[in-house]
Amino acid sequence: MAPTAFLQRGFHMKKYSDLEYLRLSKGQKFAYRLASFFGGIPQALLGLLLGIGRFFKKIGQGIGGEVADLVLTFKNGDWKTRISYLVMGFGSMARGQILRGLLFLLFEAVFIFYMIFAGGHWLSMLPSLGKIGPHEEYNPVLDAYTTVYGDNSFKILLYGVLTIFFIIALIFTWRVNIKQNKISEQILRSGKKLKSGKDDLRSLVDDQFHKTLLALPLTGILIFTVLPIVFMILVAFTNYDGTHDGYNNSLFSWVGLDNFRTMLSWSGSGVNYSATFGEILTWTLIWAFFATFTNYFLGMFVAMMINKKGIRLKKAWRTILVLTIAIPQFISLLYVSKMFAKNGIVNGILMDLGWIKTAIDFWGSTAHSGLLARVMVIVINIWIGIPYLMLIATGILMNIPQDLYESSRIDGANAWQQFSKITLPYMLFITGPYLLTSFTGNMNNFNVIYLLTGGAPTNAAASGAAGSVGFTDLLITWLFKITTGPDSQYYLASVVGILVFVVVAVISLIVYNVLPSIKNEEDFQ
Amino acid sequence: MNNQKRHMGLKASARISNTIIYVLLVVISVVWLIPFICIVLQSFRVENTWQVGYVIPQKWGWDNYIALWNSDFKRRYLNTFIIALVTAALQTVFVLCMSYTLSRFRFKLRAGLMRFMLILGMFPGMLTMIILYRVLKDLGLTQANAVPGLILVYVASSAMGYYVSKGFFDTIPKSLDEAARVDGATRAQVLWKIILPLAKPIVIYTILTAFMGPWGDFVFARYVSFGTSSGMNVAVGMYNWLNLDQIGQRYTMFCAGGVVVAIPVTILFMCLQRYYVEGVTGGAVKG
Repeated sequence: MAPTAFLQRGFHMKKYSDLEYLRLSKGQKFAYRLASFFGGIPQALLGLLLGIGRFFKKIGQGIGGEVADLVLTFKNGDWKTRISYLVMGFGSMARGQILRGLLFLLFEAVFIFYMIFAGGHWLSMLPSLGKIGPHEEYNPVLDAYTTVYGDNSFKILLYGVLTIFFIIALIFTWRVNIKQNKISEQILRSGKKLKSGKDDLRSLVDDQFHKTLLALPLTGILIFTVLPIVFMILVAFTNYDGTHDGYNNSLFSWVGLDNFRTMLSWSGSGVNYSATFGEILTWTLIWAFFATFTNYFLGMFVAMMINKKGIRLKKAWRTILVLTIAIPQFISLLYVSKMFAKNGIVNGILMDLGWIKTAIDFWGSTAHSGLLARVMVIVINIWIGIPYLMLIATGILMNIPQDLYESSRIDGANAWQQFSKITLPYMLFITGPYLLTSFTGNMNNFNVIYLLTGGAPTNAAASGAAGSVGFTDLLITWLFKITTGPDSQYYLASVVGILVFVVVAVISLIVYNVLPSIKNEEDFQ
Repeated sequence: MNNQKRHMGLKASARISNTIIYVLLVVISVVWLIPFICIVLQSFRVENTWQVGYVIPQKWGWDNYIALWNSDFKRRYLNTFIIALVTAALQTVFVLCMSYTLSRFRFKLRAGLMRFMLILGMFPGMLTMIILYRVLKDLGLTQANAVPGLILVYVASSAMGYYVSKGFFDTIPKSLDEAARVDGATRAQVLWKIILPLAKPIVIYTILTAFMGPWGDFVFARYVSFGTSSGMNVAVGMYNWLNLDQIGQRYTMFCAGGVVVAIPVTILFMCLQRYYVEGVTGGAVKG
C-alpha cells in the first residue's frame, strides 16, 4: 500500500517524504501512520464542514439561476409560453404536443383539487398539530356525557408532510413545464419539428427508458422510506408518546428542541439520559468493532485454511459452513440462545461431565458489567459471521495474482511474511468499503442482540431510562425498547434514531476521507 | 543430497501443517453443525416438551410434528411462503430496474440519487416501523390482512439494495449495448434481449436473497400481525413459543418448526449456492 496518501494528509505533524518514510523502523512507521490517521481526522471534519458550505452555496446559486431563467423565459417567450406560467401545459398543447400538455394540465388540476378539498386543511393545521382534542360532550340522545374525538395530530403531521411533498412536486413539474416551452420555442425557431405524442411514448422505452425503469422503485422509496424518515425526524420535535397519541387520549404538539436537551443534558431532572446514552453508545462501538474485525480475520483465516494447496474436500468444508447461512437467523439465534440458558443443553452437558457444579448464568450475570454476556454475543456472532466472510475472502484470495507468491518465495519469504506483505494488504485494500459498511451494519445489528439476549442482563444503573436497559443493548435495541416500552416515548426513540444516524454518518465520512484505499480504488489494480 | 534432505523436510512440515489444518477444520465443522444436530434430535423427543440438559432423546417419535400440523403453524407457514414468493418476484423487478438504470444510464440526477440513497440507508430502519404500521393500519392491511401489507412494505423500498447487482451489470461490457443500438434496438430491447440473458446469475441471486428474507423477519411482522394468529408469519409465531409462559409446552415444537422451516430454504439455497457465492463475493469487492 502506498503510504504517500497518508503522508499528504496529516495535520500538525512533520511530513516525511517517501524516502524518509522507508528509512523509519517498523515501530516508527506504525506510530507515524497512526498519527497520520488521527491527525487527518480534524482535516476530514474541516473538509466535511467546507463541503456542507459548498453544498448550500451551490443550492443558492442554483436557485438564483433558475429564477433568472424563469424571468428571461417570460420576457423573451411568446404568448403561449406566458400563459403556460399559469395554465400548465398550455404551450405544449398549443404547439401540438397534446399528450404532454394534457399530462401537465391534469397534474395541475389534481393538485388544485387536492389542495382545496384536503391539502389546505392539513397544511393549515400543521403549525398547531390540532386544536380540539378528545373531550366530554353532552349527548342529548343518551342523556349522558360521552367522549367526542377532535383532531388527529398523527394524521395532521403525516398528511401535512405529504402535502408539502406534493407542493414540491408541483413546483418541480411547473419548472419542467416552463423549460419545455423554452425548448419548444427554440426548436421551432430553428425550423425543426416537435416530437409527437407517439414519439414521446416511444422514447419511454428508448432514450428516456431510465424514467420508465425508475418510476416504480422511486415512488416506493419516496412513500415507504423518505416519507417515514421525514415524519420520524419531525416527531423528535414533538411530544408524541403513549399518553399523547394525538387522537385517543390527547393531542401532541411541537416542543422545539426540548427532547434533544433531555437526551443530551448532563444533569436532567430525574433520569440521566445522557449517561445512559453514552454508556450504550460506548458498548455499541465496542461491539461493532469486535463483531466486524473478529469475523473479518477469522473468516479470512478459515478461507485460507480451506484454500491451502493440498487440502482435500474443499467443497465439503465450504458447504458445511455455508449451510448455516441458509437457515433463517431467527431459528439458529433463538436456538443457540436457549442452548446457553440456565437450564439449557450447554449447562446440562457441562454438569453431566462434572466440570461445573452449578449452572452458569450466561445471559443473567451482571458481574463486571455483564462481561460474560457481552463476550458471549461477540463469540456467537463469530459463529454467525464466519461463513459470509469465508465466502468473500475465498473469492478475493483466488483473485490475488499467484506470481506475487511465486516471486516472494524465490526471494525467501516465509508464510507469515507472504501473509502480512501480500495477502493482508490486498484484502484490506479490496474490502475497505466492505469493512466500513459492515461496521455500520453491526452498529445496527438488531437481530443478533435481540434474539440472543434481548439486551439482558439488566443494567441497574441505567434501567431508570425509558425501557429497562441491559448491558448488551445496542442503540438500536434501546430504540426498539423505548417504542415498545410502557410509555411508548416515540419522541425519544426518534431522537435516538437521529443520533444513530449522526454517529454512522460521521464515522462513514471520516473513514471515506481518511482512508486512501477507499478514495483511490483503482490504485491497486 | 543436501537438496533432497531439504525437500524431505519441506514435505514433512507441509504434512504436519496440513494435519493441523484438517484437525481445525473438523473442529470448526462440528462446532458449526452442533446446534443444527441438536435441533433435529430434539424435534423427535417425545418424553417431555420442555427444555432439558441432554441432547439424545430418551423416546423418539413424530409427536412434535403432529402437534405442529394441528396448530396454527400451517396457516403461518402458508402466509410466509406466499409472502416470500411474491416478494421474491416483485423485489427482483424493483432491484433490477434500479441497478440496471444506475449502471447503464447517465442522467442528470444520477450521482445525486445514489448519494441520497446512501444517506437514507444510514437511518436505522427500525425508526420507520411505527409510522409504516400506522399507514398500513389506515389502509386496512394489518392483523388478518397482514400478508399483503408486509409484501407492500418489503417490496416498496427494496430498490435501495441495488449495490450488488449494479456491480454485476457494471462488469457486462457496454460495447454490447452499443452494438445492439447501432442495429436499431431500443433501450428496452437491449435490456430484454441482450442484458437479461447474460445477467442470469445476478437475477437468481436477487431472487434467492429476496425469497430468504421474509422467512426471518419477525420484528415488523409482529407489529403488523399484532396478536392476530392468522396474520402471523412463522418467525412471529415461533418467537412467541419461546416466551416464558409457553416455552414449557412448546420447546420441542419450536425445534420441529425450525426443521420444517429450514428444509425448503436450505434445499433451495444448496441448489443455487453457486449464484449466491458469486453475488456475495462480487458485492463485497465492488463495495
